[in-house]
Amino acid sequence: MEFRKKRKLIEGLAFGVIRLSTVIICLALAIMLGFILLYGYKAITWTFLTQPPTEAMTKGGIFPAIVGTFYLTLGAIVVAFPLGVASAIYLSEYARQGRLVRFIRLGINNLAGVPSVVFGLFGLGLFVVFLGFGSSILSGSLTLGFLILPVIIGTSEEALKAVPQTYREASLALGGTKWQTIYKVVLPAALPGILTGSILGIGRAAGETAPIMFTAAAFYTPKLPSSVFDEVMALPYHIYVLATAGTHIEETRHLQYGTALVLIALVLGINLVAIIIRTKIRRKQTY
Amino acid sequence: MSNNIKMATENMSFYYGDFRAIDNITLGFRENYVTALIGPSGCGKSTYIRTLNRMNDIIPGTRVEGKVLLDGENIYASSVDVVEIRKRVGMVFQKPNPFPKTIFNDVAYGLRLKGIKNRSELQDRVEASLKAAAIWDEVKDRLNKSALSLSGGQQQRLCIARALAIEPEVLLMDEPASALDPIATQKIEELITELKKNYTIIIVTHNMQQAARVSDITAFFYMGKLIEVNTTEKMFTRPSKKQTEDYITGRFG
Repeated sequence: MEFRKKRKLIEGLAFGVIRLSTVIICLALAIMLGFILLYGYKAITWTFLTQPPTEAMTKGGIFPAIVGTFYLTLGAIVVAFPLGVASAIYLSEYARQGRLVRFIRLGINNLAGVPSVVFGLFGLGLFVVFLGFGSSILSGSLTLGFLILPVIIGTSEEALKAVPQTYREASLALGGTKWQTIYKVVLPAALPGILTGSILGIGRAAGETAPIMFTAAAFYTPKLPSSVFDEVMALPYHIYVLATAGTHIEETRHLQYGTALVLIALVLGINLVAIIIRTKIRRKQTY
Repeated sequence: MSNNIKMATENMSFYYGDFRAIDNITLGFRENYVTALIGPSGCGKSTYIRTLNRMNDIIPGTRVEGKVLLDGENIYASSVDVVEIRKRVGMVFQKPNPFPKTIFNDVAYGLRLKGIKNRSELQDRVEASLKAAAIWDEVKDRLNKSALSLSGGQQQRLCIARALAIEPEVLLMDEPASALDPIATQKIEELITELKKNYTIIIVTHNMQQAARVSDITAFFYMGKLIEVNTTEKMFTRPSKKQTEDYITGRFG
């Protein structure tokens, strides 16, 4: 009797702790979003979304930063998606599993652990200075692209590994070459999983400040970029500037929250598009 | 039926690393005959059949010794293109493995690999293959539905249709009915009897009655060795080796 009571107590306790952890996480997210929404919604006006900042960035809008972050994120995906997926295909389909592949994988995992400011310095050294791209969309996109590569490689590899071996066998047995098999059977089956990786990458790329600080982001520029060699404003950097470097930090508080709100909305928006594409592909495959 | 030997192995051994899974097997397969490979689990019959279309090539650390002959030509010779061999030697697997595509695209897959793009030719050949695999009537109104929406037995016949579409000369079947219910199994067996008019068929089976029903020749494998091969009738009535008799009568295996 005593034992049964104790067992029940432990059972209840374990579930309680697990449930509480989940609640805490959801609560943290809700509070954060609520906070930004509460302080930021007043800043969201048509002018805010469509005009450049004015009066030393204490008034006006953030349109150049929205455009900048959009281009940088898009650029990062354009850089990282093909490179990452190709690497994942090599690692999971072509490379002979051995010491070399283990070493490469270790390298990729380490890359994921490198602080983002280090990526920023790397981008400054390689793209901005050495290759002479200057502080530009190109340099920033490449830097962000390398930053999100490990995420894309990792998730793509998992997605490729999850494709049943029987699909590969079926294709090979029908006289398919290895590349035909990968291209026509394995990749389409893995695509939803690969897109999940890109979604994670998008969120990461759009939100990073340090990597673009030295490679792409302008403190202030009202004009929109006309080529990939132009400097741009970017939402996370704009928040950082308003919150730390301005002379009107307190006055622009609502603009900071407003910018944060727009950044979150932008990331959610891009993610939503990716999720819709993923769902469409999934439905096409399984009905 | 002819007495022509379509396919054969000569002193063929197969290794997973250092482990010899197939031990020096010499065996010929007659054209338009159904040859059944029987034996207990782990006897090497599945490994053996997968050497006949070089499917084991994709497993790292394996190697083949001896010869595997298709029309007298060694398919493991370095000058041979493995992709061409697999087009001539089709395979149906143990578990139905349709692609997550539509029924039409599933069957057309191998045809497209061969470079056939013409829509009406694709349609004709997909229809002919589905008819040959005795599944046309069941799927003709739903060719654009997912292949995965079919039942297990239908999926397996679809896989047979897919293999037939590229017009192979030999058809390998690795326990094609082991994942199916008795009615679906019966359909597959009827189909095999029908198909042997045009194809040389080699089938691995766990099921003794199935071997007796569908095959003309039966080969008994045990521990990677070929113990006995004979006409199916003789094999199941008067086997010459005691091991064969013990296995067939259910004393082991």
